[in-house]
Amino acid sequence: MEKAIEVENLYFSYPDGRQALKDMNMTIWVGESVGIIGPNGAGKSTLLLHLNGIYRGQGKVEVLGLPIGDGNIKSIRSKVGLVFQNPDDQLFSPTVFDDVAFGPLSMQLPEDEVRRRVSHALEAVGMVGYEERVPHHLSIGEKKRIAIATVLSMRPQILLLDEPTSNLDPAGRWHLIELLRQLPVTKVVASHDLGMVAQLCPRTIIMSEGRAVSDGPTAEIISDVPLLQAHGLSPIP
Amino acid sequence: MEYQLTDKYGDLDSLLHRLDPRTKILTTVAFVLLVVATPPSRWQGYALCFILVASLALLSRLPLTFILKRSLVIIPFVLVIAIFIPFFKPASPGDTVFSLGIWLWNLSVTKSGLLTLFGVVTKAWLSVLSMILLSTTAKFSDLVKGLDKLGVPKVMVMTLSFSYRYLFVIVDELTRMRQARDSRNFGGRWWWQMRSIGNMIGTLFIRSFERSERVYQAMAARGYEGEIVTLSHLRLQPIDMYFGCLFISCLILIGLFSFLIA
Repeated sequence: MEKAIEVENLYFSYPDGRQALKDMNMTIWVGESVGIIGPNGAGKSTLLLHLNGIYRGQGKVEVLGLPIGDGNIKSIRSKVGLVFQNPDDQLFSPTVFDDVAFGPLSMQLPEDEVRRRVSHALEAVGMVGYEERVPHHLSIGEKKRIAIATVLSMRPQILLLDEPTSNLDPAGRWHLIELLRQLPVTKVVASHDLGMVAQLCPRTIIMSEGRAVSDGPTAEIISDVPLLQAHGLSPIP
Repeated sequence: MEYQLTDKYGDLDSLLHRLDPRTKILTTVAFVLLVVATPPSRWQGYALCFILVASLALLSRLPLTFILKRSLVIIPFVLVIAIFIPFFKPASPGDTVFSLGIWLWNLSVTKSGLLTLFGVVTKAWLSVLSMILLSTTAKFSDLVKGLDKLGVPKVMVMTLSFSYRYLFVIVDELTRMRQARDSRNFGGRWWWQMRSIGNMIGTLFIRSFERSERVYQAMAARGYEGEIVTLSHLRLQPIDMYFGCLFISCLILIGLFSFLIA
């Protein structure tokens, strides 16, 4: 099997001195779906931002066998799609079309290929016909789907999702889980939503205080009540 | 939350809506230039400009009361700046309309001063009318693309586009903060209220600053390296040429008329 992501002895502190990652280690194989769960401030989002080189800490981060460096940052970002927690941060263009086209255009693809990818991406998230819509007129569920489309249009091999189900109503959450389940890429999902992780990811990593404290099959981890409670998580009722 | 700042009538179908945004931007700029260049003594020129912009307003199918109401918003701002003009024109004999003696000062209002005031207000109002037509007959995103295609510097186009996108997000944030304050507010003294408003402005600034960081990260994650590229579906049609030529000839005629006749 091929390694999609390899993180070894990764340390990172924010400029204010807060240590967000402390000896983080994990390996994710191509084709896997892995949930990363943990309390607030465990370093989940910070870790995701390392996996496409937005943050650079001390330690080893390799994506598809390539160590992240200045020379290959562009090709790594086109292979790793990161969906941010708040779609208002991710959708910054005046129209949906412009936003979904943003990634392919920065990859300098020709115009007809960009248009094809935009319509495929919108089709994949079930948002065909929204091209000319303005983001602030969309519901939060629609915004989340468009945010995923903005990343899918780059045809990434790895999809990183930060709290994909936060702020969604039950129906929106269910639709999103179904949508993500059907996407045939390697997925890393950071969340508190154990129910979603259980449906989406066969493997789960618990993060706490900047490092991986537990790693194994999701079914085992989410049924280990003492383990969950020790790390600020609660079992699915 | 839903806001309708400029988009409300952007989807109507009329001759003006069908025009390419570039045509509208250029003709509007030409119109404003003509209005500004017409001296206040040639009031006939203003009348003709008004007839022109009014017929466009009728063509646009926008509700006229909407245009009128929105155009009046600018008047107080203009008046605040321009109200002093009649007092500052040096009084020449026979030009004074009336004088006010306030203790040591002798303020006199002159005819030429009043004429300038009339000119400033009319120019502002006519220009605003044309700008309203421009901004409500096109979608904002198309206007931004039009500016981009016309060669307006990228920085300005991007700033405009981001302002438009995040204005509503920030207003939402402010609304939520106000609701949170009001639900805990039992009516304090006014300076206490002022303090809470100050805190809210500060918080809003910090949140917006942090958001800009995250937006930048989201852009960088999708390969942003300093330049935003967009695709545009804007195509100049024959109608743009007809309209542009007709409109510019109207402007030239009005210009000639008001400079030669009067």
